[in-house]
Amino acid sequence: MARMKFLCDSERCIECNACVTACKNEHEVPWGINRRRVVTLNDGQKGERSISMACMHCEDAPCMAVCPVDCFYKTEEGVVLHSKDLCIGCGYCFYACPFGAPQYPKVGNFGSRGKMDKCTFCAGGPEADNSKEEYAKYGANRLAEGKLPLCAEMCSTKALLAGDGDVIASIYKERVSRRGYGSGAWGWSTAYKGGLGA
Amino acid sequence: MTNFKRGFLAILALIAVAAISPVSAQQQPPANNDAVLLEQLKAPVQGRVSIPDAKSGTLIQPQGREWREMREGPLKSVGGWLLVLVVLALAAFMALRGRIKVDHGMSGRTIERFNGVERFAHWLVASCFIVLGLSGLNLTFGLSIVRPIVGPEAFASLTQAGKIAHNYLSFPFCLGVLLMAAMWIRHNIFNAVDAEWFAQGGGLLKKDVHPPAGKFNGGQKVLFWLVVLGSVALAVSGYMLMFPFYFTDIAGMQLSQLVHAIAGILLVAVILAHIYIGSIGMEGAFDAMGSGQVDVNWAKEHHSLWVKEQLGGKAAADD
Ligand code: SF4
Ligand code: SF4
Repeated sequence: MARMKFLCDSERCIECNACVTACKNEHEVPWGINRRRVVTLNDGQKGERSISMACMHCEDAPCMAVCPVDCFYKTEEGVVLHSKDLCIGCGYCFYACPFGAPQYPKVGNFGSRGKMDKCTFCAGGPEADNSKEEYAKYGANRLAEGKLPLCAEMCSTKALLAGDGDVIASIYKERVSRRGYGSGAWGWSTAYKGGLGA
Repeated sequence: MTNFKRGFLAILALIAVAAISPVSAQQQPPANNDAVLLEQLKAPVQGRVSIPDAKSGTLIQPQGREWREMREGPLKSVGGWLLVLVVLALAAFMALRGRIKVDHGMSGRTIERFNGVERFAHWLVASCFIVLGLSGLNLTFGLSIVRPIVGPEAFASLTQAGKIAHNYLSFPFCLGVLLMAAMWIRHNIFNAVDAEWFAQGGGLLKKDVHPPAGKFNGGQKVLFWLVVLGSVALAVSGYMLMFPFYFTDIAGMQLSQLVHAIAGILLVAVILAHIYIGSIGMEGAFDAMGSGQVDVNWAKEHHSLWVKEQLGGKAAADD
């Protein structure tokens, strides 16, 4: 069975934010929440590069480990999902997540957080696949339809790769050997044991 | 700046390691160069984003790993065992010492120890603290204790309700602590009388030992300062958590959570002992905060200087 992962080849990312827009539109993500974002390092300087980042669906997921109500679960394909019915919006998953993936709608009083929202690898949530309830809470379930995440599909430069970890790693490695240098498979050594496994 | 410095030091360390063991340097996956390096430096990777959420400019924050290890490790194990040990110690104390009696028996005459406002402040803080403490402990220990009993759904609803209560009750709690601090601070300055009180173990260990004390004895003064200072730590860290990222960044949020949890567990441990000695642990003690009227003999044994001050010459004549 495939082990789903994202990989952003920052050598190719042109910071067009198409992935961000595609994600927001596909899942009707509310205002103020970004399941995916593009971070630019060394902006305007030599060595500038952009990386599209969302939940990496970590191997030993920190969010899962710290959640006080244990609302996370992992699919057979290694996708980390959660139940908004159980989440209490404590924000702990954000403190643990290395990639700033969990997002919280601002609800009620103070800076109070609502139910956590994050990238689902376009795989929905615990509700029945592609049901209305699932869509309202988690967005589209493309995986159930046999499709891969829309962000990577939309990527015009194919900087953002999504799919089976071994496949996208080999695509990336081939690029690296062709052009003679890597661009850092950002996040891989943090999210997965052994990183790219070079 | 600090990140920069940390990064710089780590680079130095890496160079040193590479110089000693060329093998480890070769193990670096070539395709992963800069990212691997940065991640191994354990420094956050900071960039710019075009969305309004400025904190999302942090690409990777590896220190979340340490926060996770603290929360899942020492906080649960050391914190949990501390609370168990306190309960066991109190049980052992009760078994060995029994209920501390009024040695001269009850006189039947009473004297006012705490007036209405003092008792209001105490019970305001106490009732809030019980809910705050339980809902707080639930966030750390509920998963392993409560959830297996009530099931995931009920546990989530309970924890959600606890979170809301925890947020709201923080306000009356802080008000109550401020009130207590304002009323009692002048009675809680340590002095020579307290040194003697501590030297005699507070008279808690043996019958018929009653070191002199004013309105508050040495032990109560310690409690006072633990509650006041502990509440300050809890309030500062707590409001940081309640208004996430208003005043601080991710590192500050992680630190706040740890400070809050540690201070909370310590204060719960202290208050367990306070509840014991103020209720079943000592005859006559509960009245002080119950009706506010304590038996004169109890007062003479535990707060002799205060009784003298209250009754003036009359107490001296009674002696
Ligand atoms: S990237 Fe963050 S939210 Fe996603 S699995 Fe890892 S820790 Fe959890
Ligand atoms: S915000 Fe929700 S998902 Fe995240 S740790 Fe808290 S309860 Fe779990």
